[in-house]
Amino acid sequence: MGQVKSLADLRKIKEELQGRMSLRENSNNPESLVQVKVAMATCGIASGAKQVMDFFIEEFEKRNIQAVVTQTGCMGYCFAEPTVEITLPGHSPVVYGYVDTKKADDIIEKYIKNGELVDGIIPVNYETIEKK
Amino acid sequence: MHILVCGGTGCHASESESLLSHLKAIVADKGLDKEIQVIATGCFGFCEKGPIVKIMPDNTFYTQVTPADAREIIEEHIIKGRKVNRLLYQDPENKEHIADSKHMGFYKKQIRIALRNCGFIDPENIDEYISRDGYEALAKCLTEMTPQQVIEEMKKSGLRGRGGGGFSTGLKWEITSKSVSDVKYVVCNADEGDPGAFMDRSILEGDPHSVIEAMAICGYCIGASIGLVYIRAEYPLAIDRLKTAIAQAREYGLLGNGILGTDFAFDIELRYGAGAFVCGEETALIHSMEGLRGEPTVKPPFPSVSGYFEKPTNVNNVETFANVPVIINKGAAWFASIGTEKSKGTKVFALAGKINNVGLIEVPMGTTLREVIYEIGGGIKDGKKFKAVQTGGPSGGCLTEKHLDSPIDYDNLIAAGSMMGSGGMIVMDEDDCMVSIAKFYLDFTVEESCGKCAPCRIGNKRLYEILDKLTKGNGTREDIDRLRNLSQVIKDTALCGLGQTSPNPVLSTIENFWDEYIEHVTDKKCRSGQCKALLQYVIEAENCVGCTACARNCPVNAISGERKGVHVIDQTTCIKCGACLEKCKFNAVFIK
Repeated sequence: MGQVKSLADLRKIKEELQGRMSLRENSNNPESLVQVKVAMATCGIASGAKQVMDFFIEEFEKRNIQAVVTQTGCMGYCFAEPTVEITLPGHSPVVYGYVDTKKADDIIEKYIKNGELVDGIIPVNYETIEKK
Repeated sequence: MHILVCGGTGCHASESESLLSHLKAIVADKGLDKEIQVIATGCFGFCEKGPIVKIMPDNTFYTQVTPADAREIIEEHIIKGRKVNRLLYQDPENKEHIADSKHMGFYKKQIRIALRNCGFIDPENIDEYISRDGYEALAKCLTEMTPQQVIEEMKKSGLRGRGGGGFSTGLKWEITSKSVSDVKYVVCNADEGDPGAFMDRSILEGDPHSVIEAMAICGYCIGASIGLVYIRAEYPLAIDRLKTAIAQAREYGLLGNGILGTDFAFDIELRYGAGAFVCGEETALIHSMEGLRGEPTVKPPFPSVSGYFEKPTNVNNVETFANVPVIINKGAAWFASIGTEKSKGTKVFALAGKINNVGLIEVPMGTTLREVIYEIGGGIKDGKKFKAVQTGGPSGGCLTEKHLDSPIDYDNLIAAGSMMGSGGMIVMDEDDCMVSIAKFYLDFTVEESCGKCAPCRIGNKRLYEILDKLTKGNGTREDIDRLRNLSQVIKDTALCGLGQTSPNPVLSTIENFWDEYIEHVTDKKCRSGQCKALLQYVIEAENCVGCTACARNCPVNAISGERKGVHVIDQTTCIKCGACLEKCKFNAVFIK
């Protein structure tokens, strides 16, 4: 890196690091952003969850969507792997099953961008401890 | 994913460096070094539970992580996505594990301005600072504002000196800018000397660029091209990070000639202090930098008019500087909206003493002591009773229960008989003797007095001797009056801030703990059991079975008695070491 000669140069450095730092910035306020949790247990990884997770991370960056992608353990829907839980700000979490990259693309375009539900939702039939 | 490991001095001392290298090695070993970055940051403030590890983006906050835990974190959390429960912070009240720092009582009430980047960025990487709006304030000042406009903005923000005095920063800059001279200096006072205070060190260790940027802005305002940081040599990590940061800023052309394409030139050098408390006083600091003895001189002339080598010099504290870039970026109005009427913004405090969450906190001015001690600090250790909190270091005073609900700001603390100081806050519980506390601080000021003026050199020594007499059980009522009178004389006649404030711990403890002083002189008693000379170890005849354990362990053979008969302690020989109390299995020895 050479010399910083103007405000524009400073902003350029800032932009270059945006990707790296936004990960940290966003994790301070996860509930105000789209949260994507990919089930990455043995069952999930075996059915391709890693590719799906990479796809989400890359596409969010490309399509300029502020989201937090994290991995989680097995959600228990091993029959429907890879499973992905999406939480839009202010909404209840929705779990999608059988997510491949094509489905993931659908989810980003329809659900995350427009709030339209996509086929393949796994109905939630349990309560978490916090709710009780 | 990012793994942030605290690299502050506190966590350093608890092996965070070895933890960092373990984490890096394991990540590399698993072939994850492309996806996972392990980064050393500045202090998170939660030093009580260090070393701290934070995992991003799920914001998991691990406490007291040892190098041996590194493998489990990587294998369980990073690879399998399961949080390591035993390393999460445990709520002291309901024993629940809390994964996210946002829900910890410690962080809930805090607003971080001066500490904004501490524990968030890698302090040795200038790019990370720039990505958090770093050097934008400097660019804005140089290209869009005149020095006078910047000074106006600083004045409007209401920022007051964070070193203790509380003088308006904007006004100080204005006075120095108006002094006419060919050479002027910007000095950063990093001679943090209050016992138990470490906020300036943490800022320099965690976010050195914020201080560099602010010094350059100050240089632009007052017309100086040289900045000097006076830092104590006992802060090796802070010195290291500051040197790295200065070198990086020079490489980027953010220090040097023609900064950001303008004709403004500014550079920074370090000056090391040998750790004398009096050198925190600005005139003494300047003499020390000139190579003279660290002795204060009478003000005026103020350094703003005649300072370093008799040139106009603007001295500000580290924390004051750390606030400056944010004020320029976010505007004076934003800053002035935080805090109380006369004290704006936030203040960093170093919590220490008998408190559960020892560490570094930043709260808006006007937060009450109760919130700080009970909600952020997690209350008193071992469920004991709160007795007093000492603010302002050796220049401050002790505040008691009745002050707990008064909002903290410069003027309130002075009204209560203490002062803001640089921000050390030492909490005391029922086991602390207030006469001994006053003696402790006097011991410190006697040691640290430069000896130039008589009231401080001789007066403080006499104060110490009277207090010592009290704790040895030889004090009289007249001694208390003598303490008061002498304190007043020292306050009125000492040359510099050190001497003028050194009797404060004595006066405030007499004021707030009158009963305890009286007990020491009339009843010859110390209710906390701290003053050994006032204690008596006694054997209760009823409980004594005559096992001879106490007599055998007494180092001065003060205990006599037949085997299977009641034992007695000879008070004239007893040295009050407590060995008998420790050895007795029948609860027969007690303190009277």
